[in-house]
Amino acid sequence: MLNQRDILQTIRMIDKQHLDIRTITMGISLQDCAHPDPKRCSEKIYGKITKYAKELVKTGETIEREMGIPIVNKRISVTPIAMVAESCETEDYVSFARALDQAAADCGVNFIGGFSALVHKGCTVGDQRLIASIPAALAQTERVCASVNVATTKAGINMDAVAQMGQIIKETASLTAKQDGLGCAKLVVFANAVEDNPFMAGAFHGVGEPECVINVGVSGPGVVHHALQQVKGAPFDVVAESIKKTAFQVTRMGQLVAQEASARLGVPFGVVDLSLAPTPAVGDSVARILEEMGLETCGTHGTTAALALLNDAVKKGGVMASGHVGGLSGAFIPVSEDEGMIAAARTGVLSLEKLEAMTCVCSVGLDMIAVPGDTAAETLSAIIADEVAIGVVNQKTTAVRLIPAPGKVVGDQVEFGCLLGSAPVMEVRKPSSAAFIRRGGRIPAPLHSLRN
Amino acid sequence: MRAIISVIGDDRKGIIAKVCACLYEREVNVLDITQTLLQEYFTMVMLVDLKDCTCSFEALQTALTQVGQEMGLSIRIQNEEIFNAMHRV
Repeated sequence: MLNQRDILQTIRMIDKQHLDIRTITMGISLQDCAHPDPKRCSEKIYGKITKYAKELVKTGETIEREMGIPIVNKRISVTPIAMVAESCETEDYVSFARALDQAAADCGVNFIGGFSALVHKGCTVGDQRLIASIPAALAQTERVCASVNVATTKAGINMDAVAQMGQIIKETASLTAKQDGLGCAKLVVFANAVEDNPFMAGAFHGVGEPECVINVGVSGPGVVHHALQQVKGAPFDVVAESIKKTAFQVTRMGQLVAQEASARLGVPFGVVDLSLAPTPAVGDSVARILEEMGLETCGTHGTTAALALLNDAVKKGGVMASGHVGGLSGAFIPVSEDEGMIAAARTGVLSLEKLEAMTCVCSVGLDMIAVPGDTAAETLSAIIADEVAIGVVNQKTTAVRLIPAPGKVVGDQVEFGCLLGSAPVMEVRKPSSAAFIRRGGRIPAPLHSLRN
Repeated sequence: MRAIISVIGDDRKGIIAKVCACLYEREVNVLDITQTLLQEYFTMVMLVDLKDCTCSFEALQTALTQVGQEMGLSIRIQNEEIFNAMHRV
């Protein structure tokens, strides 16, 4: 029989260290749902999602019960709606967001991703309509998540789209002002967006993906933190080994759940995303892992190095444990969703600039950061430009999810509740970037994109 | 399916008897069993075979939870595969 100590270790990880499967995400292609009549297109979208994902939540709950491991979220990602809706004879894409929302509600999932457009080299008619519909779509739906890919290493940065997204984020915040700009928590601006990401709000079902697929996102900051508490003061070689071992175990569990879900739903397994995804709960924080390595507060000098080690060790440990690794795979640093990050931001030690530096060595980017409500759209665009430049030059995914909280100033608190947490409003630089953003055009792809 | 039943809590008389009775009533076969006592803290781990089990996994889980509540213990049942995945390469 299995070693009793091992069995009890697993139980402790689940009970005391917040070990869980963060999400089982079903990716569904909507490429066959295009139709010139918008009403008919919406019906096809709703019909296909509810047909494919009918058993998703029930199956997830059964696996959860049998394995005794919490599966926190069951979610759906779909083909970027800009492509599906492009042939419709309408300019208003909000009705498609409503169809997604209704389908998500009827399937019992809390988020559906894919109200998206890929515009890294330029916009099509459908992309433009979708982007223009984002603020109203996010304000009028509950479960829909939107994303726009504005840059890739291969194509460079679409600065017209970057400029527009600053405006769109402002509009979204304004339309959801009563909820502190909650709509912006469901809107991600990407560089090098991945096609198989199971995590929200940035998930969409890429064009190279199959008809339907199951992707699983694991988690486990608490387990890694606990492992590091056992090697206090040890050299970094030991720290890296401890993280690798833990990541291996966590990922093996993710792989098992992914295989079970795939078999029971009769849907191919896609990837396991090896991400350390924090929650606002105490004991489930990435920031506290960095502090456990010897930093008094996350954000102080040494934080970037600590995060680089963590991110690399998680991948090295996890990659052998899964047949297919993909998605974002790395440590997440969403400020409002991480108890330690929130605390560090409140003390002022963790700044926007330090977060930007941290995104150079981890997935994904400037995530869930509240900024003053009066921040200029051009400043938001300039923050996006900086962040996507890091992604483009370093050939990695980066993302921006900023919330310019209406009426709020530096030091105020923004409350989103549940998994989205709360965030202190952080300071942004005052001098204008407007003339820079107004230039428009494209920033060319870097030299190292020419690899053929 | 084979499953691991873990029982954790304060030691008292009749824990094994009650858990085994619950399993016997449902035709669950016990394949292996280990128990330890650490400072009055009782820990028992059982490997069981659910091949002939007369009820659903969910019903068995509910029955075991009820036994646990009656005796002030934490009793859980989990598919063996999760432990194999995490601890066997």
